[in-house]
Amino acid sequence: MITFMNNSDSEEEPCNERTSLMSAESPPVPSYQDGLQASEAGEPQAHRKRRTGSSRSPNNIADGDMSDSRVPVRESALENEEEELTLKYGAKHVIMLFVPVTLCMIVVVATIKSVRFYTEKNGQLIYTPFSEDTPSVGQRLLNSVLNTIIMISVIVVMTVFLVLLYKYRCYKFIHGWLILSSLMLLFLFTYIYLGEVLKTYNVAMDYPTLFLVIWNFGAVGMICIHWKGPLQLQQAYLIMISALMALVFIKYLPEWSAWVILGAISIYDLMAVLCPKGPLRMLVETAQERNEPIFPALIYSSAMIWTVGMAKPDTAARGQSQQMRDEAEDGRENHRSPSHAESQMSETRSPVPTHPTTSFEELQEEERGVKLGLGDFIFYSVLVGKAAATASGDWNTTLACFVAILIGLCLTLLLLAVFKKALPALPISITFGLIFYFSTDNIVRPFMDTLASHQLYI
Amino acid sequence: VPLLRRAFFWLVSLLLASLIWFVSVHLSDRENARLQYGLLVFGAAVSVLLQEAFRFAYFKLLKKADEGLATISEDGRSPISLRQMAYVSGLSFGIISGVFSVINILADSIGPGVVGIHGDSPYYFITSAFLTMALVLLHTFWGVIFFDACERRRYWCLALVVASHLLTSGLTFLNPRYEASLLPIFLITLCTGLWAFSTAGGSFRSVRKCLSCKR
Repeated sequence: MITFMNNSDSEEEPCNERTSLMSAESPPVPSYQDGLQASEAGEPQAHRKRRTGSSRSPNNIADGDMSDSRVPVRESALENEEEELTLKYGAKHVIMLFVPVTLCMIVVVATIKSVRFYTEKNGQLIYTPFSEDTPSVGQRLLNSVLNTIIMISVIVVMTVFLVLLYKYRCYKFIHGWLILSSLMLLFLFTYIYLGEVLKTYNVAMDYPTLFLVIWNFGAVGMICIHWKGPLQLQQAYLIMISALMALVFIKYLPEWSAWVILGAISIYDLMAVLCPKGPLRMLVETAQERNEPIFPALIYSSAMIWTVGMAKPDTAARGQSQQMRDEAEDGRENHRSPSHAESQMSETRSPVPTHPTTSFEELQEEERGVKLGLGDFIFYSVLVGKAAATASGDWNTTLACFVAILIGLCLTLLLLAVFKKALPALPISITFGLIFYFSTDNIVRPFMDTLASHQLYI
Repeated sequence: VPLLRRAFFWLVSLLLASLIWFVSVHLSDRENARLQYGLLVFGAAVSVLLQEAFRFAYFKLLKKADEGLATISEDGRSPISLRQMAYVSGLSFGIISGVFSVINILADSIGPGVVGIHGDSPYYFITSAFLTMALVLLHTFWGVIFFDACERRRYWCLALVVASHLLTSGLTFLNPRYEASLLPIFLITLCTGLWAFSTAGGSFRSVRKCLSCKR
């Protein structure tokens, strides 16, 4: 088992830089400058402004504008509307992210509970060389801490490597790497997974059928993730590869190491996204500066137009999409224009038609999605899966962790709506999840078991 | 989403209650079965009280959030009425409490085994199912009544809710004698349901109107 894991180098990298959460392009803050003029035209839809890249500057400019012209009432009304919209869209984003995270966790928990393979110990990854079979507690703890250090340093090195590649525009290398890793995930891991599921349910399948199924699954997955495809299919594939990756982790990480790694990686995520020199932050900022989307294979987006879904950060594609919008739009305010947004915005003044053509409505709506890194999916699922696997077969613990993670995600999204920049999604959720896991497993479980054995209800 | 927040609060209350029970168990004599049982009763009572306390805390939180939303929204009213919030909060409390009570039993029920082989009642599963259903409904009703009582500052209503919760929980202690526990609990459920219905503004007339589909 360890030999085939050697070429899991390429799978390790998916989990590195996928641990950030950010709102798509820019926050739904109206540009006050245009918002004011549009509200002159009595248009509430002025708030649907999108800016890329230079998202900080409109706010600064807007403040300057506000000070001279407007009636304070109008200003406060706009602010209130903006807040309300932020809250509303915040709630909508929360729902949009809850469903995939829940789905991923359900898949992982269902697999863990039914397929024995993923709970058997069959060796360890080379990234966690220290075994946990030692007799003494102190030794075991030490080994798990050492395993964690090794794993985290591997992740850090790979993230930094990726960021460097991105900075120096070695796109082909990155794409090749991503393609290789998703190939491995989609074909090899799916094959193993399918094999184990079939074994568990004692269903016979001949090799030609298996080949056909896996080939189709993998090929469509590659196309969907790296090229164009229906949004929901792409989301489904991303959920599935996160679940597969999480299952691999659950199987191959020894127990204590898994918990310590979860804790350490949330700390790492916090630092990597918030510190000025953190690799993930640099990645996000570089992507925003260049007005390019981060690679679709790394990020789950709750809503993405297909032009953005292209793996190549192709300015030609962007220009083409812009052109499409320019010519078909009759003075719509909502542009996804690059940084010279203000000058262009000030030209388009006419009110937004109430029933735009459906494709552009989709464009408008879909750009407002929230993006969550795939690493977050993976680690949430690892936590819940580990809870399901090792909590003495107790569903209460699994449920408690599930609720805790979702509440953490909710809080993170709230903070995102408040701060409006990329935030780490892991720390809060994982902290809650860990607290609830340990406390539920050790404290609540005996209580509930005793109550249930006497059939008492509280 | 409000469902989840509510569930979280219940979980926290459960956590605290179990913490207290756990500590008390460890500090006491393990051998004495009567003492253990007494501690269990104590733990259950504490947990009920904590649940109600957390329901109150959630009510306060919702009031504040509601006021905030009302000031933000354009017409000065909040988008969700207090009744709806009460219903949702009661429902989610009920769901999480019911799920926690029953899911292990469900999971065991698909496995191999004979119910009641050690002399317990063979009706364990079905009575558990009924009790859980009653409990979920009860929590929903209590939520509605509770919020309404807090809103109108009828503290006797509050006390009655807490007392009925304690009573229900106490009735489950009589459990192998199902006639003594299941029937009263269902009666309580029915009464509480009617009370909650009237609190939420329904009446016999509105039921009739609804049933005859008059406009």
